Parts: sequence; C-alpha cells; structure tokens
Amino acid sequence: MTRVLRWDVLVGALLVAVFAAGSLAVPGFATTGNLSFALGDLGEIALIALAMTLLVVAAEVDLSVASVLGLSSALVGALWDAGLAIETIIPLVVLVGAVCGLVNGLLVTRLGLPSLAVTIGTLALYRGLAYVVLGDKAVAQFPPAYTALAVGDVPGTPVPYPVALFALLAVVTGVVLHATGFGRALYAIGAQEQAAFFAGIRVKRIKLLLFVLSGTVAAFAGVVFTLRYGSARADNGLGVELAVIAAVLLGGVDFDGGKGTLGGVIAGVLLIGLLRNLLMLGDVSTEIQSIVTGLLLIVSVLTPRLVSLVRPALKGTP
Amino acid sequence: MGAHPTLALAGVSKSFGAVRALRDVSIELYAGEAHALAGENGAGKSTLVKTLAGVHRPDQGVILLDGEPVVLTGPADAQQAGVAVIYQEPTLFPDLSVAENIFMGRQPRRSLGRIDRAAMRAQTRELFGRLGVDLDPGRPTRGLSIADQQLVEIAKALSRDARVLIMDEPTAALSGAETARLFSVVEALREHGCAILFISHRLDEIFALCQRVTTLRDGQWIASEPVAGLTHDDLVRRMVGRDLGALYPKQDAAVGDVALKVERLTREGVFTDVSFEVRRGEIVALAGLVGAGRSEVARAIFGIDRWDAGTVTVAGRELPPGSPTAAMGAGLALVPEDRRQQGLVMEMSIERNIGLTGLRSLRRGATISRRAERDRAADWAARLRLKFARLGDGVGVLSGGNQQKVVLAKWLATEPSVLVVDEPTRGIDVGTKAEVHRLLSELAGQGIAVLMISSDLPEVLGMADRVLVMREGRLTAEIPRAEATEESVMHAATRRAA
Repeated sequence: MTRVLRWDVLVGALLVAVFAAGSLAVPGFATTGNLSFALGDLGEIALIALAMTLLVVAAEVDLSVASVLGLSSALVGALWDAGLAIETIIPLVVLVGAVCGLVNGLLVTRLGLPSLAVTIGTLALYRGLAYVVLGDKAVAQFPPAYTALAVGDVPGTPVPYPVALFALLAVVTGVVLHATGFGRALYAIGAQEQAAFFAGIRVKRIKLLLFVLSGTVAAFAGVVFTLRYGSARADNGLGVELAVIAAVLLGGVDFDGGKGTLGGVIAGVLLIGLLRNLLMLGDVSTEIQSIVTGLLLIVSVLTPRLVSLVRPALKGTP
Repeated sequence: MGAHPTLALAGVSKSFGAVRALRDVSIELYAGEAHALAGENGAGKSTLVKTLAGVHRPDQGVILLDGEPVVLTGPADAQQAGVAVIYQEPTLFPDLSVAENIFMGRQPRRSLGRIDRAAMRAQTRELFGRLGVDLDPGRPTRGLSIADQQLVEIAKALSRDARVLIMDEPTAALSGAETARLFSVVEALREHGCAILFISHRLDEIFALCQRVTTLRDGQWIASEPVAGLTHDDLVRRMVGRDLGALYPKQDAAVGDVALKVERLTREGVFTDVSFEVRRGEIVALAGLVGAGRSEVARAIFGIDRWDAGTVTVAGRELPPGSPTAAMGAGLALVPEDRRQQGLVMEMSIERNIGLTGLRSLRRGATISRRAERDRAADWAARLRLKFARLGDGVGVLSGGNQQKVVLAKWLATEPSVLVVDEPTRGIDVGTKAEVHRLLSELAGQGIAVLMISSDLPEVLGMADRVLVMREGRLTAEIPRAEATEESVMHAATRRAA
C-alpha cells in the first residue's frame, strides 16, 4: 500500500472525522468533562489492547482476557471480604492473571493447539472460576485512596490515571514492537513462523511470554475496573474481549499475523471509544452498541481483503 | 498390441517461466504394456505425468488418444478420456467407506435419487475380485495403509473404465510384500489390456515390472527402448550421463581441523546411525534420492528436529538436541531446502530478512539500529552481487536466484564456521548457479566447513571433496572425489540391498 493509503493512517483520519462530526452534531460531546470520562471508560480496553496487539502480530489471539478480568475482579472482592489489605491483594491477583496466561500459553506452545480454540475454552473456564470465587454477589467499599486513583485525573490535567498509565505503556509497547529485536521477531513469527524458527528465533518461548503478558495485563485491568466502579463482581467486563479485538483489527493488525502498527491500534482504540461514547450520549441502547462493535469488527477484517482483491483488478496486474 | 498407442505425447514442450521442464518429449503407451519412466530428480517426470493427466497443457506438441490428437482441458477431461493417475500418497476421504470413495460422485441410484448402498458394495466387491484384493468395502478408509489406499484408488480407476493407469512412485512408501501385491495387481490390469505408465527410483522394480522404458534427462527425451537387453548400468548412464564441463570451480583448499562431527545420529523412523565429519576447508556432499533422509539429517543437526540418539559436535562443542539457537551460537548455519517457507519471510524486506539472524548483534542499547541493519544488508548484497532496486523492497519481488542469495547473505552474515546448504541451486538460473558454486568454493577456501545436500549429480561431483550417499535413512557410502562418478553415486543411492 502507498504511504497515504495505509490502513492505520486511514483509521487515524476516520478518528478525526468522527471527532469533528461528533463535536458538531452531538451537544455535550466535545466538552473536557465528557472526553475525560470517555477516555477513562476506555482504560481497561486500551490496556488489554496493547498486549493483544503483540499476540495478534505474532498470529495468535487471547479471547480469555475478559474472563481473566472478571476472575481478577471476583478475587479482589473475595480477598477484600476476607480482610486482606488491598496492597497484598493487587500483586496476588495480578499473579493469578499471569498464571491464567501461562496456562493458555502452555496449551498453545506445548500441545500445539490453536490459540483461538484454547482461549475460547479458557474464556468459559476462567469466567466460571470467577463465579466459583464470588458467586453472584457484589463486593464494594474499597479504600477511597485507591478508588480515587482509578477514577481521578492526573493533577492539572483532564487525563485519568489509568489513561496516563496506558499512554506510558503504549510508548513502551510501541518501542518494543517497532524498534527492538523482540518486535522484529514477532513480525517474523506472524508472517512466516517456520522461517522465524529456522532463523534461530525461540518461537515457543516468545509466544509463551506473550500469553503470560496478556493474562497479567488483563488481571491488572480487572483491578482497575473493580476500583473504578467500586464494585467487584464475577460478571465484570463481560464481552470486553470483543471490543479489544475489534480495536486491534480496526487498527490494521492482520488477524493472520505479521502486519500492523501500534499507532493504528491506538487510533482503533480511540475510535471505538468515541463511537461508544457518542452512542451513549445519543441514548442508544447497549444492544445497538454491541451491534456496532460487531459490525466494526467485520468491516475491519473485510475491508483490507476487499482492497487487496480489487486493487490488482484496477491496476490490471496479477 | 493395437496399431495406435492408447495414449501418446508427440514433441511436447512445457515451460514454467524461464524453466523449460520438458523439451520436445515423445512417449507412446500401448495397451497391455507396462512402460517405465526413468530420470533423475528434476528430469521432468512429474511434468510429463501432469501433462498426461490434464493438469498442464503443453506449450508445443500434441497429446494423442488412440492416434487422434486431443486437448485435455483439465484433470476431469483426462479422466473422461480414461486416464487415471495413482499418486504416491492417495487423497481419499478418510471418513467415507471404501465403497463410497470408489463411487464418489457416481453412486448407483435407486428411486428418488437415493444412493443404492447395497449395489455400491456389491460392485466394489466385484472390482476387488477382479484385482484379487481382499478389502472390506464397508470400512472407512481412515486407518488403511498407504498400500491399501492405493488399491482403493486403482479400484476407483477400474470402475471408471480407465484405459491408462499412471503410477507416480507408488512404491516409495511400500514394504516389500506390499510392493509384490501391487505388482500382481498391475500385472492383472496389464493382461486386461490397460496401458500402464510406471515411475520409480528403484531401478530393479522397473526391470521386474515393465516391458519398455523411456528416459528423460533435464527435460529432454533420451531414449525409449525395450527393457529386455538393458542392464542396470545402461539405465543409470542414460539417466545421468552428460559432460560435466568446467561449470564447477571447486578449488583445492587447505583442509583443517574437524569442524562438524556427527556420531551415530538417529531419529527413529527417519534416519539411523549416521556418522560423518566435515573439516574446515572441505566441501562434503550428501547425495541420495529424495526421501533418503538427507534434509532430515540437516534439520536435526541444526536443531530444527530433535534426535533420539547420537551426538553432534561443532568445533569441539557438543550441541543440545532441538535448539537452533544453540546451533547458531556454536557457529552453524543452515540454508534450508524450502526458500519460501523456511529460508525467508516473504512479506519482509530484503534488509530485514538479512537482519533476522542478527537481532542481537544489530542492537544498539535496547533497540535495533536501522543503520546497522541497512549496512549489514548493503554489505552482503554487494558481496553476493544481489540484483535489487531498494533494500527496503519485499524479498517477494526478487527472482528465485536472488532470493537464494538473500538466504545465503542472511546466514553468511552470522560468520559461521560450518555452513549446511540444502539444495543450494534448486530452481535458480544457470548464471546464478555458477555464482553460488564459486561462492561455496571461496567459503571453503576461507576455512569454512561446507556440507552440501544436492540432488544435482553434476553439482555433487564438481563441487565435493567427498561424497556421502544416503539411502533409506542410512549412510551407505563415502566416496572420495577421485572415485566419485555418476554411476558410483547413483549405484549407492539406488541399490536395494547390498
């Protein structure tokens, strides 16, 4: 693709267009308060999308992230109920998330199972565990100092803390993906796994690491989610994996691996966030919001394929 | 024997891009005759089979059916004409029964279009009766041995009234008893008036089964003659005999210490008890037929596959099994057989492909230096005289020969002490081929130990200081340069039992 027509640039342009249209058409959209809220509402999706980007570039996927988020939330509630200090709970829960990721990774790398199937299985499994841990009750009343961290803004800015953390991690992820040998290895694995292995890249070890990372980040997102809503529930974050994957694919990462940029994914995340916010401001029901997410997912997978089918026909070359 | 051959090719040529796979080839298959097709790997046998099967259309020349020119527009057309092909590994539907596979698409019907299973089984039993085979028509084909699957394919061909049966290396995966049973089936078909085209690397099978033999070499017709009166050596000479010329410039290099030592290496069911060493400055060729286990040995040495027993030592360091990273660290490099799947990441640029083996050495701080990456690529592109527009271009746009140069660059940039090359010149043009040969010779001159797997006999004989020959997973001969001839190598590679 030419520079101008690159998918991630297109998504960036679309983002600007949606923002402009929203500002003109929807009252109360382009206010600092609303945008700050919209960003904050996006925090968990954005965090998880970073790890997911690395996985999808390497031609793998983790569908269990929302369930890990839910399990993490349920654990926070149960352990808080049991009287543990929040300072103990957070590292413990994040560790459980790492183990969840490790299980996914081992099933994929040691047994050679497709990650799509494995993580559909653990999607159900981890969500089930969340209900085992907390049942259908809700735990609330977390220390205000921590809930304030989850909803509060960085002093002097309208940027919520989780979003600031996302910005920091996004820079790190961007450097890792685009400028380090590790990042190069991910693209090679995603594009041609055999050739990567033949070049001495430790394919299995890297994939295992990615799954552990994904589980860890999802569990941490669960902590943020719980504190932000001030409520630990087993069904927290239901369906978040779809929003994450929609954002990653919308950002131009090829589901078959080997292609995509982090910049595109960030644009994709923001676009999804803006659309959700606009729909919410327009009092559109959650069912319709779900329909929009689903359509976006399909469109973002379909469009590049259509383009690659149509382009040669237009050029008249094979 | 009728006046006209049942099926014939007359003056057929076929090219794929710049590669001329068949040049003016003629062959005549008569009813009631088993005809062998002989030739080295890459001689054009498969192209000839695919032309007869309607997969390829000849660029020049004609296909004659009962003496009449025909155009086969596709495999279905060839089937219609009575041509059936049995491949080395049959492709049956594993969950359908034997009978259902045989009558796929042509099931006998009852009223309302319902499939008549009883008739299908009865007809299958009748077919097997004619072939003298004992198989249950009702069982699923999953779990059948390859030999039995081939018989199902033959029964299928028979049920379609096939008049020409083409068998592409049917015995490669069969045991001795299975081969004998296949031969008796083929014999029965021949007596019923079928024309048979039989391809095998095992020359004694050609002598046992066939009446005539056509030999191809480099896509050209060499001879069509009765098998009776030919000797094993005659046939080998027709397959390989050609002037070597001065294409292969292996210079004498000072032979140094042992760089690669392989001892009693075994991977169960793949290769057994393979021992050899390669010294600095030496080019050692690993010759043998496709499927003899040569590439598998190379893959194991480099750590792609694990081995079950034995040791691999590089420059005095014993390698752990199954670790390409460790092999690279010890100074080993592998230019693999399959350029597009194993050698290159086709979607990546030239410079990134060359950089892929040096992700550590290209590091400046935590990140990769793009300048170092570009310098490395530019340096090796110049040394190997790579023809390219920009180093940032995808490797996919390069020609096969230039792609191979990128693979070589990627590995030479790791400054290996042992270079393993698997079919280094397969599918590349003659000019680049000579450049690769010169390069390998230079590398040996610089003290690198080179292990070269090649199915190209002239290349083996021209380049190698020593030739190791593998057959059926074992090392069967080690031939010094002075004694290596096409006949001696082919003999060691094809002889069935010593």
